[in-house]
Amino acid sequence: MILTPEDQAILDGKQGEVLQKVMKSVVVYGETFGADHLVPITGSPHMVTSFGANTIQPYFDMLDELIGAGLQSKEPFTVDPRPMEYDRLNPGLVEKLAFNLIFGKQAAYEQQLKKLGLKDENSFTCTCYLPEVGNTPAKGDFLAWSESSAVVFANSVLGARTNRNSGGIDLMCDIIGKAPYFGLLTDEGRQATWLVEVKTSSKPNAQLLGSAIGMKVMEDVPYIVGMDGFLGTGLNPATEAYLKDMGAATASNGAVGLYHVENITPEAVESGRTLLKPGYQTYVIDDHELARVYQAYPLLWKNANTQPDYIFVGCPHLARHQLESWIEQLENQLRHHKANRLKIPVYLFTAPDIQKAFISEKPDTYQTLLSQQIHITSICPLMYMNNPLCGRKPIVTNSNKLRTYTTARFYLDEDVLQIAVTGKLPSRGGK
Amino acid sequence: MTERIFKGRPVLSGACQGEALVSRQGFNTLASFQKSVILRSKKAICSDQNNSDLFQKEMTGKILCIPQTIGSTTGGLVLQTIARLGNGPKAILFSEHIDSLAAAGVILADIWDNHRFIVVDQLGQEFLHSVQQGQTITIAEDGTVTVK
Repeated sequence: MILTPEDQAILDGKQGEVLQKVMKSVVVYGETFGADHLVPITGSPHMVTSFGANTIQPYFDMLDELIGAGLQSKEPFTVDPRPMEYDRLNPGLVEKLAFNLIFGKQAAYEQQLKKLGLKDENSFTCTCYLPEVGNTPAKGDFLAWSESSAVVFANSVLGARTNRNSGGIDLMCDIIGKAPYFGLLTDEGRQATWLVEVKTSSKPNAQLLGSAIGMKVMEDVPYIVGMDGFLGTGLNPATEAYLKDMGAATASNGAVGLYHVENITPEAVESGRTLLKPGYQTYVIDDHELARVYQAYPLLWKNANTQPDYIFVGCPHLARHQLESWIEQLENQLRHHKANRLKIPVYLFTAPDIQKAFISEKPDTYQTLLSQQIHITSICPLMYMNNPLCGRKPIVTNSNKLRTYTTARFYLDEDVLQIAVTGKLPSRGGK
Repeated sequence: MTERIFKGRPVLSGACQGEALVSRQGFNTLASFQKSVILRSKKAICSDQNNSDLFQKEMTGKILCIPQTIGSTTGGLVLQTIARLGNGPKAILFSEHIDSLAAAGVILADIWDNHRFIVVDQLGQEFLHSVQQGQTITIAEDGTVTVK
């Protein structure tokens, strides 16, 4: 790799041993992928690691070394959601004890994050790019983001350029303010090797479509056609939210870091099918294919017919209009069933900025929602279910990412609404 | 059994011998090690429900043979953690180019924690098609992998 004289001096240890290790990490990482230079990071960072789990001690030790050397991110950063919020989602006494054991370093870790350049107290969300949060990179920005759902959104919907960086290496790049130039940072790396033809009879469920695409193309770049008939052309808040949820599923069910959607996402609008690399493969998704994918999900509950404890909606975090829409649909269900409260408590997960704004703007509505068993929290549902005691609970979700990493049972949105108000599980939803 | 030799690129070089643990689909690092990391188990049992090759199989001390890693971007952090916990595989063999998550994890473990996973990539599809669970694998410093 060719470095500037300043970067070479850092690599040679002339600015201390710790910064040398930072530079070495970034250079070795880049060289593994054939990067021949570093590019300046032009947007604000986002990092995946938000949890003070006792077990990730090597990571905390690494951060202590960085802090001890007086290093921090060149720009303030946002980070994924917190694992706990007891006043919004109280797991129970024994579970709380387990949380305190598992995430015993949360407070200490948040202190480390502040020293390293955390933007503010509300910076804990996987959807940092939402306007209320404000870490929204511009088209063409170079980044070194982690958090797979944020990476795929930044690349695909915003047209920024970031590789799928892992927790740890993201911070290394952010400290030196540069990222190795390879993969999704390059024009060539953004070419599609799959043509995905969506031929369903109606607008497919975003989370199910993303799952099918992710499982098929894995880490490749798909060029998706047929969606403009359902979503219209170009971007608007509803389409962005759809693509946010679809993208999170492509990234967790596979390893997609970038997708193009014909006539919708910025690079596809700009360049069309010239983004397809010669020799690309084709994957056709119709109703039958989506049904096949849905029915193949394993069911990990001990008792398939047990009544769920909770319903989790919002992985990744809900946009404000999605939050409002879920509340409206749940209240419609209550009215339709002439009920005052849901049979199964529903937790809606969203960014702290959105959660706080909703509660302060609508305090009376919020109290009514609580009485109806509709809750708004800003934690990470995946982290919640990492607690083995919580992970054993039968939980229903509309999130394919949550399904992938936990025992949560995936249902489509319309089924989720029914389950919430009746407490009864439809026959489908995992074999 | 016939001996087969494959040549890959040593990402982090080293020599070792061990038992093959094979996933023909992408290896979801977080989903696979999630339980073992949270519970700090001495033996890591694969907890990835989507991986029928590995689900509920022990991974500790094995030579993991995979196409690439997939899933959450905490994947590298998970590798860094299992390096310290000592319950991970002793080597990871990739049929494809190593992916960015795995690369970050093994490189940070090497530089910041002085723990080396032996890693060889680009061994080719034929390697992943032919290697079977439980076969003995020998890895040489230069990235030569012998399966028998």
